[in-house]
Amino acid sequence: MIALQGINKSFKVARRTAGVRQAVKALFAREHTIVEALHNISFEISPGEIVGYIGPNGAGKSTTIKVMSGILVPDNGTCKILGYTPWQDRAAYVRNIGVVFGQRTQLWWDVPVIDSFGLLRDIYKIPGDVYHANLAMLTESLALTDIVQTPVRQLSLGQRMRCEIAASLLHDPKILFLDEPTIGLDAASKIAVRQFIKRINKERGVTVILTTHDMNDIEALADRILMIGKGTLLYDGTLNDLRSRFGSKRIVTVDYREHYEPVPIDGVTCLSWSPERAVYSMDIEVTPVASVIARLSEQVEVVDLEVGTTPVEELVLELYKEHRI
Amino acid sequence: MNTYLSVWKLRFVSGLQYRTAAIAGMATQLFFGFVFIMVYVAFYAHSSAQPSMSLEQLATYIWLQQIFLAFVMLWFRDNEIFNLITSGNIAYELCRPCGIYSFWYAKLLAQRLASAILRCIPILLVAFLLPKPYNLTMPPTAATFALFVVTLLLGLAVNIAISMFIYISVFWTMSPVGSTLVIAVIGEFLAGMIIPVPLMPSWMQAITYALPFRWTADFPFRVYSGQIPQSEAVWGILIQFVWLAALILLGRWCLKRALRQVVVQGG
Repeated sequence: MIALQGINKSFKVARRTAGVRQAVKALFAREHTIVEALHNISFEISPGEIVGYIGPNGAGKSTTIKVMSGILVPDNGTCKILGYTPWQDRAAYVRNIGVVFGQRTQLWWDVPVIDSFGLLRDIYKIPGDVYHANLAMLTESLALTDIVQTPVRQLSLGQRMRCEIAASLLHDPKILFLDEPTIGLDAASKIAVRQFIKRINKERGVTVILTTHDMNDIEALADRILMIGKGTLLYDGTLNDLRSRFGSKRIVTVDYREHYEPVPIDGVTCLSWSPERAVYSMDIEVTPVASVIARLSEQVEVVDLEVGTTPVEELVLELYKEHRI
Repeated sequence: MNTYLSVWKLRFVSGLQYRTAAIAGMATQLFFGFVFIMVYVAFYAHSSAQPSMSLEQLATYIWLQQIFLAFVMLWFRDNEIFNLITSGNIAYELCRPCGIYSFWYAKLLAQRLASAILRCIPILLVAFLLPKPYNLTMPPTAATFALFVVTLLLGLAVNIAISMFIYISVFWTMSPVGSTLVIAVIGEFLAGMIIPVPLMPSWMQAITYALPFRWTADFPFRVYSGQIPQSEAVWGILIQFVWLAALILLGRWCLKRALRQVVVQGG
């Protein structure tokens, strides 16, 4: 459904160092550097997937989204989405996609949200019944009933973001691009947004591509992640594969009935110990978690047990380190 | 509803909200109209040469300028569009299935209409009721009036096509100040907004006739007072159409070029 092949995009950036002298010099001879925002990006996405697109700031995430949504024209490479080349068949193509840029707004600032929705209905020529059905579904599942009559300038960020997401789905897009949809939201709003994304993906089969810096978004949503750094695609696979690549480590925390001696287990490091709790760290390729638990329950009366994996953030940092970005 | 009609409506409705601005605008425009006419009354009283425009026609010309200021002035600007370009919100406009040129055109048209409608009637009434020679006179015939309406609306269309270049230029300059200043100062002068075109020296008139600006203001206002005869006015309408088509084609071409190399600002 989405296929990018060898996409390159560079920007010309004027630059000068600080200071008056440099500023005067720049009046006459301006120095430009070419920044390669995207370098040979290729990937494919099938219908119904939720793909998390991650990478550090300035890595080229948003640029890729903009190329895919027909806003930017790449220097070379091909991109076929639903049979269209986004920047060539822009008007026909964009009917099929919804886009949310977390840091921008598509709603009219001074008028109630519902008026912006009405304008979108006319722009996309959404038939009346479809519009009303979608509006009802969206207001219900994003809890917008009380806020659609309010001018956008009076909404909180979380309320506005929910409206933005609703606005991008009114015309039944087949693909939804979300560029940092949870930026600046509180925990409750983040969860609401995530649940909603999951829901429309399940119920309507909308393919979702989202960029984010919040690894919880990725963990909650994405079946697959693409990682980009300095314009190059570094990783394409599932979160679990990434985990197993770096994280064969597990942390086991056990609570047990009072036991006044440490319980040593072969091949496992004991990170901390107290009469009621112990924390072990192990490499599951050497010692499987199950055998550790078996050994433990032979010696103490286990009350509670928690197996933790390396947090996603750390995995991502490992990847960054591996690629030196 | 049609997309362009819809954006027009939304913009028009939100434009009607600004009542205080409209009242302030009305006061300013009445004041300026009055002062300009007083200046010309003084000039005419002490002039030995035969002016090419009667004082009565001149007063009408100035009042029409003030009444339809929102139609003819190039200073009028939509900061939303400027912000869109400089802040990068243009990204959203680019992922809509409609042409940006027409979309902005509809927006600008709505804004000018809303602004004019709020202000024109009170000024119109006051200008009619003023004593001679300060008053706005009626057009000589109904046909003249009809021609005036047509030329005024076409003039509005031409004016928006011109102002579109200010917006397009911001893609390169990233600041609306320079292009607004240049285009507005030169354009309004050449449209006869500072000195009525008939009072300019003939070499300067020749320049204004060769450019599109006078077709937005000078031409319809002189059609109104009958200073331009009806047969000439019909030809003028044709020329307005030609300018309109040329400006829109050029504008679309420029916008297309701007969008091909667009850099969405701010990541």
